[in-house]
Amino acid sequence: MGLTRWLAVLTIPAALVAQRRSAPQTVVIRNATIVPVRGPVISKGSVALRDGLIDAVGAEVPVPPGAWVIEGEGLTVYPGLIDAASSWGLPSNLGAGNGGRGGRGASNPPPAHGPEDRPASTSWLRAADEIQPSDPRLERARNAGFTSAAVFPMRGIFCGQGALVNLAGDKAGDMVLAPSVGQFVTMQPAGAGFPASLMGVIAYVRQVYLDAQHYTLLKAAYARDPVGMRRPDYDRALEGVLESKRILLPAHRRVEIDRMLRLAAEVQQPAILYGMHEGYRSTDLLKKSGVAVLVSLNWPERPKDTNPEESDSLRALELRDRAPSTPAELAKAGVPFAFYSDGLDQPRDLQRAVRKAIDAGLSREDAVRALTLAPAQMYGLADRLGSIEKGKIANLVVTRGELFDEKTKVEMVFIDGRRFGAPPEPARPAAGGLVTKEER
Amino acid sequence: MKLLYGALALLLPVCAQTTLIRNATIYTVSHGTFKGSILVRGGKIVEVGEKVLPPPDAQIIDATGQYVIPGIIDCHTHIAVDGNVNETSVSVSSMVNIADVLDPEDPSIYRALAGGVTTANVLHGSANAIGGQTVVVKLRWGKSAREMLFEGATPGIKFALGENPKRRGNPPESDGAPARYPATRMGIEDTIREAFNQAKAYKAEWDDYHAAVERGRPPLPPRKDLKLEALKEVLEGKRYVHVHCYRADEILMILRLADEYGFKVRTLQHALEGYKVAKEIAAHGAGASTFSDWWSYKVEAFDAIPYNAAVMHKKGVLVSLNSDDAELMRHLNTEAAKVMKYGGLTENEALAMVTLNPARQLGIENRVGSIDVGKDADFVIYDQPPLSNFAKVQKVLIDGRTYFDRDQDLITRRAKDLEKQKLLEKEKEGGD
Repeated sequence: MGLTRWLAVLTIPAALVAQRRSAPQTVVIRNATIVPVRGPVISKGSVALRDGLIDAVGAEVPVPPGAWVIEGEGLTVYPGLIDAASSWGLPSNLGAGNGGRGGRGASNPPPAHGPEDRPASTSWLRAADEIQPSDPRLERARNAGFTSAAVFPMRGIFCGQGALVNLAGDKAGDMVLAPSVGQFVTMQPAGAGFPASLMGVIAYVRQVYLDAQHYTLLKAAYARDPVGMRRPDYDRALEGVLESKRILLPAHRRVEIDRMLRLAAEVQQPAILYGMHEGYRSTDLLKKSGVAVLVSLNWPERPKDTNPEESDSLRALELRDRAPSTPAELAKAGVPFAFYSDGLDQPRDLQRAVRKAIDAGLSREDAVRALTLAPAQMYGLADRLGSIEKGKIANLVVTRGELFDEKTKVEMVFIDGRRFGAPPEPARPAAGGLVTKEER
Repeated sequence: MKLLYGALALLLPVCAQTTLIRNATIYTVSHGTFKGSILVRGGKIVEVGEKVLPPPDAQIIDATGQYVIPGIIDCHTHIAVDGNVNETSVSVSSMVNIADVLDPEDPSIYRALAGGVTTANVLHGSANAIGGQTVVVKLRWGKSAREMLFEGATPGIKFALGENPKRRGNPPESDGAPARYPATRMGIEDTIREAFNQAKAYKAEWDDYHAAVERGRPPLPPRKDLKLEALKEVLEGKRYVHVHCYRADEILMILRLADEYGFKVRTLQHALEGYKVAKEIAAHGAGASTFSDWWSYKVEAFDAIPYNAAVMHKKGVLVSLNSDDAELMRHLNTEAAKVMKYGGLTENEALAMVTLNPARQLGIENRVGSIDVGKDADFVIYDQPPLSNFAKVQKVLIDGRTYFDRDQDLITRRAKDLEKQKLLEKEKEGGD
């Protein structure tokens, strides 16, 4: 009975659109394989969702009256996937970019003459304030099984503060799970003015933390006794940096990993490194440092249209061959890691990228963890997100087949207990007929 | 890559190992050339002489018919740097530090090592009147950036005079922003003066603060400014100044400016017209690190002569020959040989220009630069006399460890070719 009702819903062309608030508040998925991530897999179990939270999970879960029941025969239920660093849902021009002094509004900021001009910095920007629920990438991500993401402004040097958000909601405010999860930092030199080199960027980062320290000291002194003391100048770039719980630093190569670990230690900030394509040969450094890392799913590939007469260096070839083995190596070494989309947003590309890591030795279990509980833990939200446990946020992904398998279909996702349907089947081209857009 | 590191691991004996290099022609540079042996323990030279008894546990390197010199020191290089070697945006970029961007995996390091270089002064570029902070490294290929730093070596800073720092449009005018000041040689002097005026005020501010702390009534500390911090260290003699320069007039300018502000120019880099003002350079106590015979590549290099190194040397200037170039760095031995032809220096004087003299210029002569008991076991072993065009590097040791071995290299090369073929085929198969 329940199943037929659901099927009816699924056949509506607008199946992708969530049910409105009038939808039932309680949903039970039963007789499904449950992968709670924390705790053992339940091969035939149920999950009950109520008021946006997970109400119960187990082999036997009572069905409350009025609940919508989904017959889960042949389905697998996972915690909703989390992209650990993303720009989904954010306007593409968010942040300073790399054009000179930071700030919105100034379309052509003058080039910076030094660290004092706070080049390419919008550390005060909060992704939580800039969410666009209408971003089409949100739907694509949901179709790939993602329900949440840590989204960051990603332009500039101190780009701004990230938020952990759900990938659906009536309005931006509904989507925010945590408004400030860290400051996104890049090592991109400014397009004009200072800093014009990598060493300039590092010097700038170092100077900012020295300034932040000094600023804190001055502000405290002024707060204690303003009489007879010149007030410290308000500095929004330093305010943003001081507000940030942690910094995200870029590091693909082993040399960069070493460099960024030293920088994080020097500026005394809790850090997460992102990139990690040479993580497979850097586990010793990472293990010793104790930092968590984000592995880019945008694996290095052979550039298109290269000169066939020329072959790449051994280094480049090895990197392309070994980068996808990074997650397996990190898991083996016990380095906490999560995946991030790094520009991918097509379901097929995301699935394929994770599969590549699995083919290179990562266990399925660790792959799921790297997209669920691991990022939740890194951002300090494991008490509400990342696993199927009573009382946590009702974010789930339901698949037919095991997640990341070639033929697996994402049947539906739940975000805050609200169901989102599967993407439409791409139409098969009739003999001599039209090919749909997806297939071309 | 895996193979490369694997091969290296095989090459590296344990640190406390005792090694005897025997039956070699040894160029000590400090005390003559003779046939004999060198005993190394714990990375240091413990005995050098015509007769050295091999301890029972010693690993023997038989260098019969071969030639040993101290590891070559290049006083001017830009290899092993990630990103731009110039922070071009400002005329005073003393806040940036080459140490932050060392790339210990730059293949140029290995190639320089294969050319006998064991220590190098890695400099910021010459686009700024006052450039970035610089470091001395040992080419310990396979180690991390931090492990490459020459322990205890005084850090430096790069200054630059003449055409490069005054070049208009460096960086180019953009978005209505004016081109960077200065645009003249006068402006360069002014820029350096202004920076040191600021540094002096900055130093006074900190000195006052420290004095107040001493008295037990500390005020709020001043702001730490990385740009002025480096110049404060120059004023305090804690950081060496390496000045890129060509012309005699600008050399005199910087020496006088340094005297006036109370700091020393440690080395004049290039100093192609140094021969014109050698006496003044010697009087200041600056060293000169120059090219053997490289000139006329720009107007300010028109007055260079190949006798420059020899003339300055004879006038009492401490002279070294540098590469400033990843390719030239691989045969500094033959660069040194040229001063025998141009200027008639001895073989030993020539060798000193790429070993002991740069060591003294960098203040590390207590550790490297000659083959003496107590110094680091950094050597190059050649199959021919080291100043010969036909000399090929056979082995290079740093701290008593073999970091380059020609025979091993040839084997590894074949293995790497195979590895590469395998990966290419694998990618081809997987690509469909």
